[in-house]
This record gives sequence, structure tokens and C-alpha cells, in this order.
Amino acid sequence: MTCLPAKTDKKLGLAIDLDTCVGCNACVTACKGWNDQGYGAPLSDQNPYGADPSGTFLNRVHSYQVQPADAAAITVNFPRSCLHCDDAPCVTVCPTGASYKRAEDGIVLVNEDACIGCGLCAWACPYGARELDAVAGVMKKCTLCVDRIYNENLPEEDREPACVRSCPTGARHFGDFADPDSKVSRLTAERGGFALMPEMGTNPVNRYLPPRKKDALDASPLAPLLDIKATGFAGWLDRMLGKI
Amino acid sequence: MHPAPSVILFTVLSGLGFGFLAALGLGIVQPAGWAAFALWGLGYGLAVGGLLASTTHLGRPDRAWRAFSQWRSSWLSREGIAAVATLLMLAPVALSDWLGLGWSRWPGIIGAVLALATIGTTSMIYAQLKTVPRWNHWTTPAQFFAFALAGGAMLAGQGAWAVILLVILAASLVAHWYFGDRRFAEVGATMGSATGLGALGAVSVFDPAHTAGNYLLREMIYVVGRKHVAKLRVLALVLACLIPGLILLAVAHPMATAAAVLTHLIGAFAARWLFFAQAEHVVGLYYGKR
Repeated sequence: MTCLPAKTDKKLGLAIDLDTCVGCNACVTACKGWNDQGYGAPLSDQNPYGADPSGTFLNRVHSYQVQPADAAAITVNFPRSCLHCDDAPCVTVCPTGASYKRAEDGIVLVNEDACIGCGLCAWACPYGARELDAVAGVMKKCTLCVDRIYNENLPEEDREPACVRSCPTGARHFGDFADPDSKVSRLTAERGGFALMPEMGTNPVNRYLPPRKKDALDASPLAPLLDIKATGFAGWLDRMLGKI
Repeated sequence: MHPAPSVILFTVLSGLGFGFLAALGLGIVQPAGWAAFALWGLGYGLAVGGLLASTTHLGRPDRAWRAFSQWRSSWLSREGIAAVATLLMLAPVALSDWLGLGWSRWPGIIGAVLALATIGTTSMIYAQLKTVPRWNHWTTPAQFFAFALAGGAMLAGQGAWAVILLVILAASLVAHWYFGDRRFAEVGATMGSATGLGALGAVSVFDPAHTAGNYLLREMIYVVGRKHVAKLRVLALVLACLIPGLILLAVAHPMATAAAVLTHLIGAFAARWLFFAQAEHVVGLYYGKR
């Protein structure tokens, strides 16, 4: 049954640091690379070198401009992937039981052998985390690299999601949010990590760490030069012209 | 949302079919012999035709049977079960009407209730989605029920009831549009909440995540044709409700009923196209689109 587990023992997920992310797309490439060669149907591309390329990705990086009311605009690179929600609506809408959330670690997965490709789970997800593969006809989504994190054939340092492993700036952190002492829990607490679209009631596991406060120059060191008080004839002219 | 022809055909034809089957099951019309064969056949044809159309939008239609398993959580699964249960329950009544067997009409009453339940489950597939605020409202089931009942009454030749139900249908459409136009703002999802950056300042797209299309843009961020919304709404109201109502009031003849139903169907397709094309998914916020 595609009912959600009442409670999961672990809550595996990602803490993504929007302060450190440089938008290089290494995580996008690593994700596509890893998930093309093992778990489930490969992530297909349509017309990849043509005029209208398209393809399935489990992770995409957006860039936003944020304009504060009283400071300079900042650019925020924003990776978007499955948040492995506690109350995942994509799971309960599934008519076949293909979509499920694991009770042991909270990972949301698709059993591709039971998926009919109706697309309703993608409609139910607020975050655009699911994409229907045009070749396989089944729903693809982030597996949190379930075939890496428990894989004893890999060196221990590689037993984390491909996106985390490949991030050159260390902006992506993987861990257990159910453990208050885990790295991701502590980072979230220290940095004020937040969930996306809480109004959708999905209770996401993943957290985003906000950009740190930027320094601002108090005033230009050249400012005094801009405020020259003219004296003598020039001063008289300045006052007169000001009165006209 | 992308107005897929298969899903529009499914919701319009099945809705009409199950509405008519409910009328036949209740015995509002009790045809006999080959007239029964034709009328029950029409009801079954519409309902089953719509269901078959819906399977063509699946990525793997060969596995469609699996959709009957998750009735405990999934409205789509409940819909499949309710539809099949309705068709099975009404079969003996249809057979009895056709061959004059004189069997009990009780399965017909139960079948009519199941047909209404089917319409309700279909509407809940859409109404349950918080991600599509326009659909996530009581006016969605109201509209689906009104379409099915008005269409069913028309096909059953119940002129007076049909006219009353067409007025209710018009009201339900106007209500769906009125509340729908306000729903997105009411739900409160913005680029600020989608990115979580709203507390820092005004968020806008600086660089798109990709420069070509993808599944999300094609399926959920459909923005084509919205500029004609006002005209299409008027067209839907006139064709689905006004003209069929006037025809039924003016002439009581099977040919007039047929003309009314066909006009109604064209209007229903327009209304259902709008239902999808106008619905905005919150994922569009990540792309700065709605």
C-alpha cells in the first residue's frame, strides 16, 4: 500500500548551502552520470545535440536574484531535487503502489517495475522533483543514491550521494536529520536552515542553508571629496545659482 | 497544466457516460428491447470509451491493471475500482432491460450510487492536489457532478430536470472560475516561499536552470492559449448550458435532444480544456512562470 510510514527510523536527506553553492552544475552532471548506469532505467535524452534538446534530470540548478530593500542585489544558486518529504503527497496519490517511502531511512523511491507512468505523483509534488522518462515511460526521481550510500563495494568516502561527493565547494551535506547530533542537523540549527514551501504541508526532510549576511561598505572613503564646500567667488556663484 | 487530449476525452466522456448510466440504473428511463440495447450501449460506450482514452496517456499502459490496488490512499485507484464496480453492477439490469428478463432493479439502484461515486472519485483526483490551487477547491467536484448529472438528464430525455441541472452547471462553472482566479494568491505560494529566499528580499529568476524544455515545463507549466480565457469562458457557458437549455425548452423531440447533447458536449470540451490550461502548478514558481 502506498500509505506513508507513521514514522521512519532515520531521516536521510541533504542540507544544501546556498551560501557556498557556486552554480557549477557538477552535482547535476554527477547525478546524471551515476543514475545512468545502475539503479533503474537510465535517464534518457531526446535530441541531445539537436535544435530542441530535452532530457530527464533528477537535480537541476537554478539561479535567482534577490533584491533586498536596502542593500545591493545578491545572486543565489539554487539546486533543486527531491526533498524526501515526511508527508510526501507523491506517495499517497500513486494508484499502483510503485511510489513508496522507506520506513527504515525515509528515502522516497519508485518501484519502476510497478510504475504505469500516469504522472500523478509529479503533479502532486510542489518541487518538480519527479520527471517522467520519455523512453522508459516510468517516473524518475532522486534515490538519494541508495545504491551508493549502503554499497560496501565502494570505498567508504564514496558512500554518499553522487551530488554530495562531486560538489567542489562542499555546499551539499548528506546525513540523518532524525539524529540531532548529525552534521546536517547541527548545520541546520546553526545556520537557520529552512524548508521549501511549508504551506504545501509536505514536511520536507531536506533543508536549505540561507546565504550568509553580506558585509556592506559603511561609506566610500572618497565620500568627503564629493562634498566640497566652495569658497570665495565660486562659493558666491554656487549660492546665487542655487537660489535661481 | 498541459491539457492532454486523452485526459480531456476521459473526463468529459466518462462523466457523461456515468451520469447517464446512473439515470438508467435508477430507472428514470426504462427502455425495452433494442431501444434498451442502444441506450445502455451508449452509456457503456461513453463510460468505457473515456476510460480507454485515459489509458493512452500512461507511460506504460500495459501495466494499467496495477492501478486497482491502492484504494486505501489513492483517488486514482479508487476511481478505477469504482468505475469497474459500476459497470459490473449495472450489467444485469442492462441485460434484463434488453432481453425483457424482468430481473430485480436493485442492482440498478446500487449501480447508480456507484456511478455517482465514480464521478466523485474522478473529481477528487484533481481536487486533492494542493500543488494546483485552482483545482484544490470544492468547486471542482461540484463542476464534475453538475456536468455528469446535467448530461445524464439530457440523454435520459428529462427536459425539465435537464434545464434545472444546466442552470446549476452554469453556476458551478462560474463559481469555479470566480474562486479559481483567487486561489493561487489565497494558498500563498510565491517565489519567495518556493526558494525560501523571500525573507531576504524580492526574488526573481537570474539565470534559468536550463535553456531548453523539459518534462516539468511541458506537463505543468503550460501557458499557451490563456489570453483567450474570457472568450472561451463565454463560449463554454453558451455551448454547454445556454443553447442546450433553450433547445430543450423550445422543442421536445428526440432530434432536438440529440442536438442539445452535441452542443453541450462541445461546450463541455471547451470548459474542460480551460480546466486544465488555466490551472497553474506551484512548480512554475521555480521558473518564474505561472
